Amino acid sequence: MDIIVCVKHVPETAEADLKINPAGNAIKKSDLVFDINEWDDYALEEAVQIKEKLGGTVTVITVGSEDADSTLRKCLARGADNAIRLTDQKFEGSDSYAIAKILHKVIKNMSFNIILTGALAGDDGYAATGPILAELLGISHATMVKKIELSSDVAKVNRELEGGLEEVVELKLPAVLTIQTGINEPRYVSIMGIRKAMQKETKVLGLAEVGLNENEVGEAGSWIKIEKMYVPPVEKQAEFLQGTPEEIAAKIAETLKARGLV
Amino acid sequence: MQEIFVLAEHRQGQIRDITFEMLTKGRELAEKTNTELTALLFGKDVKEHAKTLSQYAKKVLVVEDAKLENFNSEAYQKVLSNLIKEHKPLLTSIGHTSFGVDLAPSLAASLDSPLATDCIDLKFENETLTVTRQIYGGKVNVNATLRKAESYIVTIRQAAFPAEKKIPMNGEIVEAPSPLSEEITEKRFIEYVLPPPGGVDITAADVLIGIGRGIKDESEIPPVEELAKTLGGVLACSRPIVDKGWLPNDRQVGSSGKTVKPKLYIALGISGAFQHVLGMKNSDLIIAVNKDRNAPIFGVADYGIVEDLFKIVPPLKAKVYELRG
Repeated sequence: MDIIVCVKHVPETAEADLKINPAGNAIKKSDLVFDINEWDDYALEEAVQIKEKLGGTVTVITVGSEDADSTLRKCLARGADNAIRLTDQKFEGSDSYAIAKILHKVIKNMSFNIILTGALAGDDGYAATGPILAELLGISHATMVKKIELSSDVAKVNRELEGGLEEVVELKLPAVLTIQTGINEPRYVSIMGIRKAMQKETKVLGLAEVGLNENEVGEAGSWIKIEKMYVPPVEKQAEFLQGTPEEIAAKIAETLKARGLV
Repeated sequence: MQEIFVLAEHRQGQIRDITFEMLTKGRELAEKTNTELTALLFGKDVKEHAKTLSQYAKKVLVVEDAKLENFNSEAYQKVLSNLIKEHKPLLTSIGHTSFGVDLAPSLAASLDSPLATDCIDLKFENETLTVTRQIYGGKVNVNATLRKAESYIVTIRQAAFPAEKKIPMNGEIVEAPSPLSEEITEKRFIEYVLPPPGGVDITAADVLIGIGRGIKDESEIPPVEELAKTLGGVLACSRPIVDKGWLPNDRQVGSSGKTVKPKLYIALGISGAFQHVLGMKNSDLIIAVNKDRNAPIFGVADYGIVEDLFKIVPPLKAKVYELRG
């Protein structure tokens, strides 16, 4: 199986304190740690496990600046064979449609059996790049995949539905599968492993080499344009309990007692 | 008159809530933009659903076909794309659900119709569609505009709008022919599967201690479980804990897990992404402990503690123990 994995280099924001810039159109990224998008991490692991079982190759591809090389190196260290980075200043401001167009131009000339990518990205959360890419390539897709069983030309997958329910769907290959977290256990990779992966080469392609013009990418080539970012208004705010941990614990215990919960 | 389309979502004989939520917003938008609200219903033997929907929309457009019995994004895309080409609705609204995210992006790409996903609000201003979305896991809101077009597509977040009951609209039910001539073979629905039930039913518990990303290692769970036991409750969790395999998935609270309504919900190290909040916001009393003062969980909690959860758990367990005598 030759597998392409589309990954994104994103800031880790789950536990970070985010600040919006004065212009209100971006968050301040200088203090944030960047890494592979969590969903893509599971997609990469799934690809490597398939390769280990069935043979073949894993190629990772990303759209991003030089910073994204650290994510590509991590993927190479984890078992990817090749890495491609598509980069151009003109790609700035691309939404999932523009990103999918960029990926499509390169991937359509590659040979592959499956494309895996995360079900969404933790930054903009569009959950759209994978299925748009599939449409542009004229192949099938399944999103939010939690289990994959492969035969030579068919993928049998479980898709996550709401409330713990799943559906089983069969797809003809080649196809795009977008991966939900929890499908596997992404392997640990040592710093040494990442250093070793630095010897593997990353192919870098710009706008002209990709074969698009500037109106097809970035804001001009996107469906959606960000106008303003702001902190979500809160309808309700918790009453904050102050004090030492012991004092706070006493206050909680009193509240629980008053409500008959203890 | 131009229309606003709302695609009805139904599964195993039930119309899903998101449908009525979208119809609420659709009615408002139709009034403001002087368009007509049309509910789209695809399926097999869905006459009863059509009757229900006719109370909420001006028109119900029904496509009946055995090939539409179960959701299949490719079958749905063919039917929906034909209707969009024919009717040129101002807007097509689809749920940002598992079905919706399987359908909307490829549909939009096939029509080159601008798409905004996971919207929590939308409005038309000067013939431009402006949407509100959440990014960075709900920590930041974004107002975004869509490229001007004849017809737009959006997916709507669950529970973003109330499922209001309004004056019965007595909409007309119109049947449209199915364009599906042959079986879709590229993608086939096989079956629904439910994970095997576990030992604990968190929906029946009066007290739940929910744990999330703040737990960094499996070895950190037993002390929290002891607190739960001391309170006569059980452990529940948000998605990352199940993803790591530390708790079985029947302990997960949220849109992809269970919806709970205990007397007490203590959220420990849970940031409060909307998917989790959807499953626990109606708990009687919510207490949240999180290191991040701006964590969205504090927007639904009654009491908030900005602190490392491991500093609170031991003294809290001691105090509760003391009170119990």
